[in-house]
This record gives sequence, C-alpha cells and structure tokens, in this order.
Amino acid sequence: MLQDKRIFNRGIQDKLLFGAIWAAAAITILFLLWVVWHILSNGLAYVSWEFITGSYTRIGEASGIWAMIVSTVYMVGLSLSIAAPIGIMTAIYLTEYAAPGSKVVKTIRFCTESLAGIPSIVYGLFGMTFFVTTLGLGFSILSGSLTLAMLILPVIIRTTEEALLAVPMSYREGGYALGSSKIYTIWRLILPSALPGIVTAVILSTGRVIGESAPVFLTAGMVTQIPESVLDSGRTLTVHLYKLTQELFTQHEWDQAYATATVLIVLVLLLNMTTKFIATRLSKS
Amino acid sequence: MSTASKARAQGLQLAPAKKHDWKELFFHLLFLASAMIGVVSVATIGWFVFQEGLPAFKEAGIFNLVFGREWLPPALYGIFPMIVSTLISTTGAVIIGVPIAILTAVFLAELAPKWLADIVRPAVELLAGIPSVVYGFFGLVIIVPAIEVIFNIPAGNTILAGIIVLAIMILPTVITISETSLRALPPVYKESALALGASHIYSIFKVLIPAARSGIFTGVALGVARAIGETMAIIMVMGNAPAMPGSLLEPARTLTANIAMEMSYATGIHSSALYSTGIVLLVFIVLLNASLLYLNRKRSD
Repeated sequence: MLQDKRIFNRGIQDKLLFGAIWAAAAITILFLLWVVWHILSNGLAYVSWEFITGSYTRIGEASGIWAMIVSTVYMVGLSLSIAAPIGIMTAIYLTEYAAPGSKVVKTIRFCTESLAGIPSIVYGLFGMTFFVTTLGLGFSILSGSLTLAMLILPVIIRTTEEALLAVPMSYREGGYALGSSKIYTIWRLILPSALPGIVTAVILSTGRVIGESAPVFLTAGMVTQIPESVLDSGRTLTVHLYKLTQELFTQHEWDQAYATATVLIVLVLLLNMTTKFIATRLSKS
Repeated sequence: MSTASKARAQGLQLAPAKKHDWKELFFHLLFLASAMIGVVSVATIGWFVFQEGLPAFKEAGIFNLVFGREWLPPALYGIFPMIVSTLISTTGAVIIGVPIAILTAVFLAELAPKWLADIVRPAVELLAGIPSVVYGFFGLVIIVPAIEVIFNIPAGNTILAGIIVLAIMILPTVITISETSLRALPPVYKESALALGASHIYSIFKVLIPAARSGIFTGVALGVARAIGETMAIIMVMGNAPAMPGSLLEPARTLTANIAMEMSYATGIHSSALYSTGIVLLVFIVLLNASLLYLNRKRSD
C-alpha cells in the first residue's frame, strides 16, 4: 500500500519536473523571440538605403548611420589585423613548438585565461589611460582597436589551438617523412587543414568587436563623423545605439534607435549563419 | 582526444632532425615572441590598474573606500553601495537565470527530439551573440515601463530591471556549458539508472545532473562573471544613483557602471578612485575563479 503511494507520488513528481523542463526551454526561446521580434518589428520599417548610407544629423528627418558603419568596419578590421596574427602564432607556438606541460606553456595559458577573465570595462579603463593618454594616441580608432585586440586575443588563441590540435598527427609525420622542414609542414599542411577552425575564431572575435561598447567609447570616443584615419575618433554602431537611447524624445529618435538595433541583430544573425556554414563544410570534409 | 593531442599528452614531440637552420630558428622565435604578447598584456594591465588605483587607496584609506557609503567626488569616495548593488543584481540574476538555464540544458541534452534541439541550440547561440546594448535597449523599452506599471512606481529604472536583463543575458553561457557537460557523461550512467528501474526524469535529477555538476558549476561561474562584468545594459536600465539601494524597486549603480559613467571626465584622485573600483571588480573575479578551482579540485579528489 505504502509502496504504491510512493510510486504514485513519484509519477506526479516526474510529471511536474518534466513540465518544468519544457517550461524552462519555452521561456528561453520565448525571451529570444520576444527580444528579436520586438526590435525587428519596430525597426525593419525604418531601415532603408537612406538610413544605412545617410550621414548623421542631430536633428531632422534625414539621419543615417553610414559613419557608424564605417567606424565599426575600421574597428573590426584593425583589431583583427592586430590580434589575429598574434593569436594564431601563439596557438602555433603552444601546439607545435612548446614542450607540453612546460613552465612556458603554463605561464602563457595562465595569462591568456586571466586576460579572458578581466571584465571589459577594465580594458576600457586601461585603454583610456594607456593608449589614449600615456601613449598619446587620443580617442581614436587605433586606441579602440588596440584595446579590443587585447580583449579578443584569448578567444583567437583558444579556438585556433583547438583547430590545430584537431589536425591528425599523421599530417605532421607525413610532412617530416617527406623531408619537409617544420615551418614548411606547418605552413603547407597543418595551417590549411586547420583553416576552417581559424576562420571560426576570426568570426567569433568579429562578433565580440561589434558587440562591445563600454571599452569602445572610453577609447575610441563617440564622434559621429566618418573617421578619415585610424587616429580619428569614431562612433561604432553599439555606442551609437547607446547614445540614441539617452535621448529618446521624438518618434524619429525612437525609429532610429530601433533601426540601429535591427542592423545590429541582422549583423549577429549573418555572423552566426557564416559560422554554421563553415562548421557544416568542416564536418563534410 | 585526437591522435595529435594524445601524442602530445604523452610528451612525444615529433620533429625533423635538428640542424642549425636559421629560418627555423627565426620562426620559432617569432612564434615565441607572439606568445609572450599575451603575457606582457596581462602584466601591463595588472600593473597599470594597481599603479593608478593606489593613490585613491592612500588618500581615502582602503577601509573608507571599500566600506564608505557616500560617493561624492571629489570629496567622498565610498564604493560600498556599488559593491552591494553588484552583489544584489548578480545574485538576483543567478536566482532567476540559473534554474531556467540548467533545465533548458537538460531539455537540449535529454528530452528534446533532434529536430527541436537543432532549432533551439542555434537560437541559444543567437541569444549569446546579441550585443549588450541591444539587451539594454530592450530592457529600457519593455522591462522598465512594465515595472512602472506593475509596481505603480514613478521610475522603473531599478535593480529589479537590471536583475531581469542580466538573467536573460547569462542564459546562453550557462545553457551551453551545462549542455556540453551533460552530453559528455558516459551513457552507462543513464543506462544503469534506467536498468535499476528509475524513471527517465528521476535519473536526470538524481544521477545525470549531480554527475555533471562540476561542468554546471563552471557554466554558472562564467554566467556570474558575465553578470558582474556587464556594463552598458546595466547603465541603461538600473538608474545609476550611487546611493545604497533600500529595495529592489530603487535605482542603483554597479561597480562597472561607476567606471563607465565617470571615467570620461574624471581626473586626479577621482580617476584613481575609479581604478580602485576596477581593482575591487578584479578581486571579485579572482575570488570567483578561485572558488571554482577549489570546488572542482575537491570534486576530482
């Protein structure tokens, strides 16, 4: 009798927990749909060719985000061209050269992990004092990119390392057996076969650079002009959205904020799809 | 584990016969130099943050700075209200977000049919990629007004709004890592539980989740780190008053918000006080990582 009751209770308990799991998954998905739908449904109508290519004016109807797009592209390009070579070479050193488990490897790994753990606002704090003031680079795309390059370095190192480790040992053996030098084997055999992983690392960090805002406005400033050189200040899309939300008075300003958020979400979607595409091609090959 | 990493773990280093080759040596040194840049970066950041934060500690005294209740630059530099606000908003986000995230991870790893998991997983990845200002904007236009209406208060920019936004933001981190660690469990765990007559749900909660706890802890710790470090979304929804919050329905300012809001015009001791805010923030992160290390080490013993 007692036994029966316990089994009965367990049945109810199971059903409740089962329901809780489905509910939790539903909440996660509904929140995502809500955020994305709310932004897109209010913003898509305002995203037009004029909005994307127009120049920003503080007041008036014709206001666009071209300058912010250019700044964002500069920021992505420059931080990646600083961080990607360093990150990839670090990963090559860790997987191909360093003795596994040695002190050097441990130190490098500890430092990379520490870099990954530092909150982004502390990067902003550091970048503002070091690059902007001490090195005298001023509020500029360059200061911002150097700061962000430090921030994305751990992502690039870790993802590239995984890609390199996934290259079968036989590739190296084959290379050496044919009498190739180490650097030739790395360059012609290991890197090409790790390429999809390395590209994924670069796309992941592109997302980080686009998404960051606090360390960016502290180092690159928020001037709305199209930057003419890397030493000019520039306002990225995320910083622009932040500034817009501080002055939501007219309908026009609301529309602009929604449209900018829409552009950001579409960018993230495109990046995700690209990563997916590469991952599928990788698993096929 | 791949063959390469296996060989590496055994300490087998494969290399062609060593000759005195200048080209090889050049590249070896080049790669080593690159690897050192990360080390130099950490050292530079650490040195700068402490160097710049010290004057404020000296001027105001560590105790007055950390436990001071008034933030009135350039007279008073007490960051205790910000410490409390950071702790409350992070704890709140964990209380709301972590159960949802772990259950969603269980859903993905155990319950969802493949086709559904293949839709939910990319959605979670998308959730992870959305910039924090977009979450802040969403919070500002949806959550803040909702709080005004529901609680009938004049301004919805409150800790509660911050907690809800942070709870959404930590979901993807906790879900992804928990799911990975649930999937990494040997199938024999579940099989034996089922063979002993346990129901699927019972084996999930009594066997699988406890077995995956070190991975789940890591996910939660990373989520906490994200909540502590989040800046812009918090600035946009939490009201930013540097006073001690009396309830969840009052505005508050976190440590990160304090730095982001005042850094651009701070000079002298004021700027140094912001650096010491940064030091306190780093101490939080270090404590978090240390406790995670401790927990995982204890488990593996």
